[in-house]
Amino acid sequence: MSYVPHTANDVQEMLARIGAGSVQELFEAVPQSVRFPALDLPGPLSELETMQELTALAERNVDLAHTPSFLGAGAYHHWAPSVLNHILLRSEFYTAYTPYQPEISQGTLQAIFEYQSMICDLTGMDVSNASHYDGATALAEAVIMALSATRNRNRVVMAASVHPEYRATVRTYTQGMDLAIVGDGVGDDGSPDLPLSELAALVDDRTACLIVQSPDFFGRIGDLRGLADTVHAHKALLIVVVDPISLGLLQPPGALGADIVLGEGQPLGNTLSFGGPWVGFFATRQELVRRMAGRLVGETVDVDGQRGFVLTLSTREQHIRREKATSNICTNQGLNALAAAVYLASLGKSGLRQVAEICYHRAHYAASAINALPGYSVNATTPFFKEFVVHCPRPAAEINAALWREQGIIGGYDLGQAYLGRERDLLLCVTELNDRGQIDRLVAALQEVAS
Amino acid sequence: MTEPIIYELSVPGRQGVTLPAPGVPLAELPDAALLRDDLPLPQVSEVDVVRHYVRLSQLNYGVDSGMYPLGSCTMKYNPKMNEDAARLTGFSQVHPYQPEETVQGSLELMFRLQEALQGISGFGAVSLQPAAGAHGELTGVLMIRAYHHARGDTGRNIVLIPDSAHGTNPATTSMSGLEMVQLKSDERGNVDLDDLRAHLSDRLAGMMLTNPNTLGLFDEHLLEIGALVHGAGGLMYGDGANLNALMGIAKPAALGFDVMHINLHKTFSTPHGGGGPGSGPVGANETLAAFLPGPVVAHDAEHEIYHLTMPAQSIGRVKAFYGHFGVMVRAYAYIRSLGAAGLLQASEIAVLNANYLQSLLKDVLPLTHDRTCMHEFVLRGQVEGAPDVHALDIAKRLIDYGVHPPTNYFPLIVPEALMIEPTETESKRSLDHFAAALTEIVAEARRDPELLHSAPHTAPVRRLDEVRAARQLKLRWRPESQD
Amino acid sequence: MATSISPDCLYTESHEWIRVDGDQAYAGITDYAQDQLSDIVYVELPEVGASYAKGDNFAVVESVKAASDCYLGLSGEIVEINEELEGQPEVVNSDPYGAGWFVRLAIADAAELGTLMTPAEYAEFVAKAEAEGGH
Repeated sequence: MSYVPHTANDVQEMLARIGAGSVQELFEAVPQSVRFPALDLPGPLSELETMQELTALAERNVDLAHTPSFLGAGAYHHWAPSVLNHILLRSEFYTAYTPYQPEISQGTLQAIFEYQSMICDLTGMDVSNASHYDGATALAEAVIMALSATRNRNRVVMAASVHPEYRATVRTYTQGMDLAIVGDGVGDDGSPDLPLSELAALVDDRTACLIVQSPDFFGRIGDLRGLADTVHAHKALLIVVVDPISLGLLQPPGALGADIVLGEGQPLGNTLSFGGPWVGFFATRQELVRRMAGRLVGETVDVDGQRGFVLTLSTREQHIRREKATSNICTNQGLNALAAAVYLASLGKSGLRQVAEICYHRAHYAASAINALPGYSVNATTPFFKEFVVHCPRPAAEINAALWREQGIIGGYDLGQAYLGRERDLLLCVTELNDRGQIDRLVAALQEVAS
Repeated sequence: MTEPIIYELSVPGRQGVTLPAPGVPLAELPDAALLRDDLPLPQVSEVDVVRHYVRLSQLNYGVDSGMYPLGSCTMKYNPKMNEDAARLTGFSQVHPYQPEETVQGSLELMFRLQEALQGISGFGAVSLQPAAGAHGELTGVLMIRAYHHARGDTGRNIVLIPDSAHGTNPATTSMSGLEMVQLKSDERGNVDLDDLRAHLSDRLAGMMLTNPNTLGLFDEHLLEIGALVHGAGGLMYGDGANLNALMGIAKPAALGFDVMHINLHKTFSTPHGGGGPGSGPVGANETLAAFLPGPVVAHDAEHEIYHLTMPAQSIGRVKAFYGHFGVMVRAYAYIRSLGAAGLLQASEIAVLNANYLQSLLKDVLPLTHDRTCMHEFVLRGQVEGAPDVHALDIAKRLIDYGVHPPTNYFPLIVPEALMIEPTETESKRSLDHFAAALTEIVAEARRDPELLHSAPHTAPVRRLDEVRAARQLKLRWRPESQD
Repeated sequence: MATSISPDCLYTESHEWIRVDGDQAYAGITDYAQDQLSDIVYVELPEVGASYAKGDNFAVVESVKAASDCYLGLSGEIVEINEELEGQPEVVNSDPYGAGWFVRLAIADAAELGTLMTPAEYAEFVAKAEAEGGH
């Protein structure tokens, strides 16, 4: 397959105009010793053959359109209306570049402005950026922002109930900084999974921020009331990681004094696709807007007084501020943010609430049915949203293997993979795509594989 | 021509989609204190949604609309097959935490892509995890830092960066906790070797270099640069943004680089999406392979199975999960369909196109370096006889001729820069049209400069007030009563 | 191009001015600087009470296309900042030596005044900068 339109004649005419004898001559600056190496790649395929090969690869996977699954843990199988794909396939959206020429990018710019507005409404915050790569990197950027906003601080308090991969990403990003990260039991003597009040007590005058997640990695809804006051008394920032679907039902952290609210926007209309590309949403208070990384779309007017949109506050960004930029981020997740916006527009005020309620009720139905099974228990003393932890009669890994191999069900997340001593704990998720029949099948299957 | 904001189309009570009932006994909701009072999202019907976004799309310009000669962005054609491949249910409806035996198709694709990128770049190992070019840069610089620390050499904290570098390079250095030192370019557009020699010391962690550089030029002393940096104990980071000039022409690993990021959304045809998603895999040679972020995919040949694994001295994960799999599918489809011959042809024609365009335009606008360019070149937007006309005006007037403007004001070392990269998917006719448009605009600049100052005239909006946008920050919609 | 130079001020090579007022001084950026930056959209000022050494970066001036660091001509502690700049950054463009002042500081070492340029010296300095094409 080739997308090069040139005929041999075109090439000859062009070479003549340049004054070169052959295309190879154009590469004389490349040292001869390394020029024109053989690429160890198979030969070209037609489109037809390429699609056949890719289809064969795809068919080697088990997919969730054909198999029931109760996996969550930061990646969620939610429904997206058909409208989304039709909008995302409009090539004026997906083949466009970053909107640096606003006059011919009003589609992208206005769509992102609307996305920013919806994220603010969802999170209860003043201002949102145009997106980060994902929830994990959004959290890393939030830590960097907290360090810059507070100055001369070298400590971060982070709950163990924040997604393990998010915490790992924060540690990778900050490995070049003189920073102590405490509270999640990694490298500490402290016990992991401290209650919020004990975490807040770890905040001192050297702390830049406290990071909590609600619903947390275990599905529990946190009571954040009073947390902001405790954190602010030390002039530190409160950062809250949230699930966007839960915000259809739950109090947004913005209403409780959070300084930064962020999370993974994948549940908002972005397919699972084995982990990406997704979208990290990020919102903060007005006073902190200049410290926020990432692109920002602002409203303005043109020379005729007509409303229009542009990228603004670019001077914080890498292409202008360079080594003093808020971040090095350039490409973000434009098309994924568009998907999130179209999703929120399609579902709207009533639809998002309904999705949240379906998840809530079905998850609670599943949790009580499983709790009633001999050998299994679900601790529901803390309120939860769409995920909950099941303590199993056998290691969770064995339960999962049996569920798949014997029952054709993709189970949950084995907490032993990320938390010491929790090998018997299985994290299950229930969404609007798991109907009652599937849940009942899961309960029956769990009973089957209990021993 | 404006389109209302979606909130302005909202009517209380209007419903978009309908959803099924929970279908289970209802549980008690949490305490009222944990529930939100109001959810101020738009209330619109499906027809409203469709018309709104279709009309918004019509205000946009994409590669499918016309030529997009943005320097260092490689706006080549985005094959439609790639879109269909990424949307196969077996790829799109797969959860990253599924048992490994149920995702062998995805793991195999990732492994084959790793191998293909290794073959193209010459690096022995690749991690597909970084989400974009800048992300890949942070990865590479952290790897270099980790390498020195692992050898007990903690004093190396300086990174050398040419003055022509993209802004992400110095920004990345700061994020990594290192210090950047800028190097000058010489009159031929190469890194100034004397300036480089003056900055070699035992505090050198490494150097970040883009090659071909942002002037579109292949550095004439490239191998010597690598030798000097390595000789001083430093490592070479390659910014692979301009790889479109090199496929099958030279392997970056053979040019002295120890680690490099690759932009799948540039070189490998995946769409730019109006600002992402991209994908920035990182390749490393033997010196740095163990430090790559993970997990990466390994192949157990004995059991014919693919699995995830962390490199031995990995810097850690740079994001959650494995990287932008949906983008990887597109890039893999592209590489597979082009094959070695097609990739070589792509680079050859990309360079041919740029040189052809350069030959048509070098007498129209000043050319910064009159030598063979690679896949892009830089003109100065300065017209003799029209001192008040700037690169910005020329760029805006190009819009009226149906072409997206080239990159302006970058690289910073060229005043009134216009960086032009046609890519290989533009035909000769398309290039001739662009050259004719630019020639006509330069003539307009001399006889009627106001046409340029007030351009564009035919776009959906006229020139926008960016000063007002920065002074009066309006970053979200609010109902009129709150304005 | 006639750049305005205030006779009451002393100047730095990075185009900031100092105007002495007893044992305190006002600081801001010159007419040449504001012209180079063009429309100023924001000025990031330090906190009252912060101390700086001569030559330290004490403020950042933003236009649409650039963010420039500003360096303090004298060592001292900031006693007042110009709150008007928060809502009206354009005042720096229209009146850089007057209403466009940035900070008032307590002078730590009066001897440092000798290191600054006089209006005449600065006029020459600017003329040379302009001849070189202005940067």
